[in-house]
This record gives sequence, structure tokens and C-alpha cells, in this order.
Amino acid sequence: MASDYKTPYSGVLGWLDDRLPVINFADQHLRFYPTPKNLTYAWNFGSLAGIALVIMIVTGIVLAMHYTPHEAHAFGSVEKIMRDVNYGWLLRYLHMNGASFFFIVVYIHIFRGLYYGSYKEPREVLWGLGVIILLLMMGTAFMGYTLPWGQMSFWGATVITNLFSAIPVVGEEITRWLWGGFAVGNPTLQRFFALHYLLPFVIAAVVVLHLVALHRYGSNNPLGINPKGKQDQIPFHPYYTIKDLFGLGVFLIALSVFVFFAPNYMGHADNYIPADPLVTPPHIVPEWYFLPFYAILRAIPDKLLGVVAMFGSIAVLFVLPWLDRSPVRSGKFRPIFKQFYWLLVADVILLGYVGAMPPEGIWIPLGRLATAYYFAYFLVILPLLGIFERPKPLPNSISEPVLKGGGQPAGATAKPMDKA
Amino acid sequence: MANTANSGQKGGGEETSRRDFLYLATGAMGAVGVGAVAWPFIDQMNPSAAVLALATTEVDLSPIEAGMGITAMWRSKPVFVRKRTQEEIEQARAVELDALPDPQPDEARVEQPEWLIVVGICTHLGCIPLGNKPSEPRGDYGGWFCPCHGSHYDPSGRIRRGPAPANLPVPTYSFVDDTTVQLG
Repeated sequence: MASDYKTPYSGVLGWLDDRLPVINFADQHLRFYPTPKNLTYAWNFGSLAGIALVIMIVTGIVLAMHYTPHEAHAFGSVEKIMRDVNYGWLLRYLHMNGASFFFIVVYIHIFRGLYYGSYKEPREVLWGLGVIILLLMMGTAFMGYTLPWGQMSFWGATVITNLFSAIPVVGEEITRWLWGGFAVGNPTLQRFFALHYLLPFVIAAVVVLHLVALHRYGSNNPLGINPKGKQDQIPFHPYYTIKDLFGLGVFLIALSVFVFFAPNYMGHADNYIPADPLVTPPHIVPEWYFLPFYAILRAIPDKLLGVVAMFGSIAVLFVLPWLDRSPVRSGKFRPIFKQFYWLLVADVILLGYVGAMPPEGIWIPLGRLATAYYFAYFLVILPLLGIFERPKPLPNSISEPVLKGGGQPAGATAKPMDKA
Repeated sequence: MANTANSGQKGGGEETSRRDFLYLATGAMGAVGVGAVAWPFIDQMNPSAAVLALATTEVDLSPIEAGMGITAMWRSKPVFVRKRTQEEIEQARAVELDALPDPQPDEARVEQPEWLIVVGICTHLGCIPLGNKPSEPRGDYGGWFCPCHGSHYDPSGRIRRGPAPANLPVPTYSFVDDTTVQLG
């Protein structure tokens, strides 16, 4: 492969590309890369997630220059960042709210994939890599939240690490290993800092794999049918670079609204109280992006089964491509699926709400009901719909519905050919 | 695998040869080596000997009145020391063992009936239950109540209702004299 490569460029660029063919590679994958021409704004969130990762890494690295991972100094060093470090308040608020926005973007990205069947053959591995990224993000976010060493940091870390004590036989041993002591303490804080710095780069590596898998078969699209040729595709640049840039502008406006006008809206006041191992705050809740999973944990009255259900709620996504047996990808053509899908969206929002409420009264049965539907959607409804649902007829090509709607001659249906 | 010049060596049979043995032995040594190198990287996360050193703490019991409790620190964990009233002792002993999620008679959890000493960490997910101060709720069974996920403990520190799977554990302790207890 190596010796017969012929660079398409000339001059200095050609000299360099001949020795380092990465320029050609980037051109093929970012510029000429053929993309379905009917992608909507729902397809913006992948690139937005990538940008959010970059924002988190850049702000995180500069924060690490001022932070001290020690139980006696962590809280103080964060306050020093807020008060003394030049623009420290901006960097920290960007990092804090950036985490929330990263999750917002990724959740929309996931639900877009769920609706348009982006997980289906041949994109199962692409989807699975995405679920791995989600898990890594959750681990990173959880450990990052521990670092300011406030009350919520400390007790959140205590509750989450105690999840592992539910494992039979070796559970206690594992939690002690995670803590490096008999409770969450300084050894825990220091290792969480080391891992919180490492994991984003692991995420970046898996993102590269995610993109390799994506570019193998190209993006899915709102119709869920494969492009039939050049007339169904447009080059990534400038068409989608400009669309993604517009989306980025909207994203940055929304992020700025929070950073500058409500920087602590998505946080907890309790985390501005230094960690106290003797006082549990009366109402411990995780960050909002973990609430649906927290609700699933609490919905089950048994400790081990609760933990199993919580991890299972993500694990089920790995096998989703084989649970949904319908050959039709896009929810657009699946009238019954569509209803269950929107019910799932409402269900996850309800789970998030229940997760934020105290575990009493109406919230307990509601949480159980919502948990039951969450699992039923993946384990019962999708497999059955694949058998019993009759999907609407699919268009012959991506161009067809557009050309029809645009008042083109009636004969243009099956073989549109005059579009580049 | 066995089709090289070495096959048919003495005692080799048709399936095994000296080369197979070398493969396996090399692989096994490699695995042992990787394991030996990996262990320090795993074990560094375990509590160090300094942390593990069995610390003991002496607690002065004289200021505690019946019906009150204090929280002592032992091995970086909170320990509840409560002086129970006669009523609480009777209540704890009157419970049918079948009614308990983690059946244990009250007699097995105390050395002196009036002094209940338990590790104050909810066995569900590690929060500190409320109820050791007079101002705090004691739950539906008059012991402790964990606000995180709603576990109720009775005056013997036994789980009665909620997601916690086990009773509050009883640490090792001994009475030094009438008003001093040594934890650990």
C-alpha cells in the first residue's frame, strides 16, 4: 500500500503529502466526504459533542494548573480559582456548565440515533462505540464532580463508590480498594484527579474509532435508506461544515447564557460547603444528567438488583441493534414505533424528575412504573414491533420525495440523475 | 504446530512436541510475568499499612444521658454510641426475629443492654443515618433514619424498612471501666 501511493497535490503540499499523506486523508474525510443530502439539524449533535469535548479538555487543562488534589486544599484551591486566578471564574464556570452541555448534546445525539435507527445494521459497532463513550463520560463526570471536595462531592462519591459494595463476596474488598482506606478520603481524591485527567483522552481515542466506524458506511439520514449514488449525496465541505458552524453558534449562545447569567443553576448549593465526613446532607442528588439512572437505582428495593438495573439500563443499549428486529431504520415510516418512542422520551424525562425527588410517597410507584417502561421498551416492545408492525412504504431514493414535492415531472421518481 | 522437524521426538506422540512445550512454557512464564508486574499497579490503590494499622479510640461515656447518643470517629468512620432507655431496650427485644430483614437478636448486638454501639454508616450506600441528635428524625422504628434512600433502623441498629440489606455493623469494643469504652 505504502509504495504505490501517488499524491494528488503538487508543489510544497505535494512534497509534504507524499511523505505524510495525512493531508489527503483529511481532504477525503472532511472536505470531499460524500454525505447524504437530506441531513437535518438533528445531525448537528455529533460534531457539537466533539467540540464540547475539546472545550472540556482545554478548560480542564488550565484549571489543573491551579487546582490542588488534597483533602485539605482542594476546596480552598477551587475558591482560589474563583476569586484570585485571572479569569478563573470564567474557566471554571465554562468547565462546570460545559459538562452539562456535553451531556445535553450527547443525549440528543443518542435519541436522534434511537429515532432514526442509526444503531441498525451495518452501524452496530459505531453505536456500541458510542455507548462506550457515554460510559467513559459518566465516569469522567462523576470523578470530576468529586474534585471540589464540597459536601455533594464527598457524599456523591460515597454513594456511588458504595454501589460496588453490592457485588456479592468481593464487594467490600473492591470498595476499600477504590477508596484506598475505610471511607472516601484523601487517597480517593488523588486517584480521582489522576483518572479525571486521563479519561478525556481515552474518550478522544474512542471518538476516533467512532469516526472510523462512521466513515465506513457514512451517516444515516432522516429517511433511513442508503444513498443510491452521487445524486443523493453532497460533499461535507462546505455544505455541512457551514450547517455545523451555525449549530455551533446556537450552542455557544446557550452555553454563554448559563455561564454568564446562571452559572450555578445546574449545580447544588451544598457543594459550596466544604466536605464533612460526619454530616450527610439531608437530600443527596447527583448532577441532573445522572438523575434518570439514579431513579432506576432507587426504584428497586433490593440493593444488588437496584445496582444491576442501573448498569443494565445502559448495558441494554449495547444489544439494542439485535433487539430491534425491524428492517426499517427510520421512525418516520414506523407508525406504531413512533408512539412508543415518544413515550420513551417522556419516560426518561419523568425518570429524571423522579430521581430529583425524595424517595417517598407518589415518587416510589411512579419511579417503578417509569423504570418498567424503560426496560419494556427495549426488551419487549422493540422485539415485538419488529414482528407485528407494518411499516409504511419506503421511498425509492433520498431524492425522490424531494423531487416529487418540488413539482418535478412525475417520471422523476425512480431514477433522478440530473443532480450532481 | 507439530509439523516441524522437531515432531516425532522421543516420547512426543503425534500431538505434542518439544516446540509445543516451549510455546506453552513461554506463554505461561509471560503470563506470570505480566501478572507479577500488574500487581503493584493494582495493589497501590489498596489502603496502606499506615491506614490499616488498627487504631483504637477511647470514648468517655459519662456525659451521655439515657435516650441520648454521641458520634465518635473510629478508623475514619462515624460510630454511634447510644445510651438506651429501658423502654427502648424492651422495644428492641420484643421484636419477632421473623419480622427482620437481617434477623439478629438484640442480645447479640450489645455487651451491656443500655449501651448500643454501632458503625454509623448506612449499609445501603454509605450515608450517615439521622437520629443521633435529639433534633433529628429517628425514623418509623425509633432508631435511625437514612435520608438518602429512606432506610429505617430500630433502637438496636437493625434494618427494618428500606433498601439497606443489613443491620448497622457492631464494631469490636470493650469497656475499660464503667464510663469508658475502647473502640477497636
